[in-house]
Amino acid sequence: MNSLATAPAKTGRAIKPGRLPGNPALALWSTPIGKKVVMAVTGGILVLFVIVHMIGNLKMFAGAETIDAYARFLREVAQPELGYSGLLWIVRIILLVSVVLHIVAAAQLNRMNRLARPVGYEVKKNIATSYAAVLMGWGGVLLAIFIVFHILHFTLGAVGFKPGQYEDLQVYHNMIIAFHVWWIFAFYMVSMVALCFHLDHGIWSMLHTLGWNTRKNRRTLRALSRLIAVVVFLGFISAPIAVMAGWLH
Amino acid sequence: MNLKLKIWRQANASVRGKFENYVVRDITPDMSFLEMLDVLNEDLLSRGEIPVAFDHDCREGICGSCGFLINGVAHGGQKGTTVCQLAMRFFKDGDSLTLEPWRAQSFPLVRDLAVNRSAFDRIIQSGGYISAPTGGAPDANTILVPKEIADSAFDAAACIGCGACVAACPNSSAMLFTAAKVHQLNLLPQGQPQRDQRSLSMIVAMEEEGFGGCTNHRECEAVCPKDIPIQFIGQMNRELTRALRHGERKFAHVTRDAEPAEVKR
Repeated sequence: MNSLATAPAKTGRAIKPGRLPGNPALALWSTPIGKKVVMAVTGGILVLFVIVHMIGNLKMFAGAETIDAYARFLREVAQPELGYSGLLWIVRIILLVSVVLHIVAAAQLNRMNRLARPVGYEVKKNIATSYAAVLMGWGGVLLAIFIVFHILHFTLGAVGFKPGQYEDLQVYHNMIIAFHVWWIFAFYMVSMVALCFHLDHGIWSMLHTLGWNTRKNRRTLRALSRLIAVVVFLGFISAPIAVMAGWLH
Repeated sequence: MNLKLKIWRQANASVRGKFENYVVRDITPDMSFLEMLDVLNEDLLSRGEIPVAFDHDCREGICGSCGFLINGVAHGGQKGTTVCQLAMRFFKDGDSLTLEPWRAQSFPLVRDLAVNRSAFDRIIQSGGYISAPTGGAPDANTILVPKEIADSAFDAAACIGCGACVAACPNSSAMLFTAAKVHQLNLLPQGQPQRDQRSLSMIVAMEEEGFGGCTNHRECEAVCPKDIPIQFIGQMNRELTRALRHGERKFAHVTRDAEPAEVKR
């Protein structure tokens, strides 16, 4: 490995002032730390979503009527004020905006990070970081692909089902059919492992980035992050495994 | 002790560098790592070869001049220790050690293991000062500082600016350094007048120098010879949002004579 580093910078003395955009949101977005804050806040919204989603999935174990009723409830709630699916669409838009901001900020920061070390190390040992932290980027890419697939699969019934198999709002029926297909089952399992890793580092990262990490509570925050990640993981994989094993039919 | 060394040799930034292998003999365990390199350099000089360049000054672990990677770990791996304070008893006879300089876009190589860290100076220039009134010195204790805050500010002030945090960070981020320098002054009453201006200017300067961002790997904290805790990073993020909330938009930009490489936001 050879290198041609850039010319040494001479220390200048001139100080010239600059200005960030006046709009607070744009000013925040214009700094890398601001983008981190955006990632933390949007990540927090998405964490709350996956927890609620996971709890909803557990209704599989309460039977077809319960989970199908829950699917209808999500569309009928806040009627007539917001109309059919009104509240659901508000939540969907918030989630969509969060995912987009999260991914755009991650991509921009990642580019900046790669540019910061043009010449790499021959030998570099990581001593503090975790697999979850190292895999954050690739895990995120996999999760983005998973989200697209998941919506096309269970929300729209456009992929993964043979014609006529998918029935709108028949969640139990759809889940049973879907998870008897081995590659769909495998893809969901792999994606949930990625989610578990992403949450393990992500939740702690969010708390740290927002400045809630202190010397005293560090272990607690890391343990909390891991606990949520594992509980969400187990909650999500339980129904597909139960279907595959034939416990739910 | 006899050791095999593989050292990065590069005459200057505009020529290619490569690793060279050396053997040092009769090293005693009580020598510091830099004294071991002194022995190597004496040997090289006596043979008419060019000695290995490395930065050093106080050799007491308080100046921040020294530092390079030993087998992939900044400052060698003994917790809270600079490479000058690292005794050879930390290693075993016959060990093979790879020595590499800090690698970062913002730390251009000077020679061999020495890099230019003036990017750090410019970050400090942009906001690492306080407004001190002229006239007679005020009486001691006229400005009261709570003990916990004084301790915390001192923890931050312990930073010697060696650059190990940047070197160890997978993103070459200077967040730990900048956070320490911001908090050293932002925590204290004397630092309050310029608090928001300082936070914003130093954070913008850090970015303009081409350092990466923080992805919370905690590698910086693990190699920091002064054990600066990473919670300063999270708190610095809050200092930024506080400054923006207060309407602070102006930042001081310290210009260089020669811009190293183009950095796009």
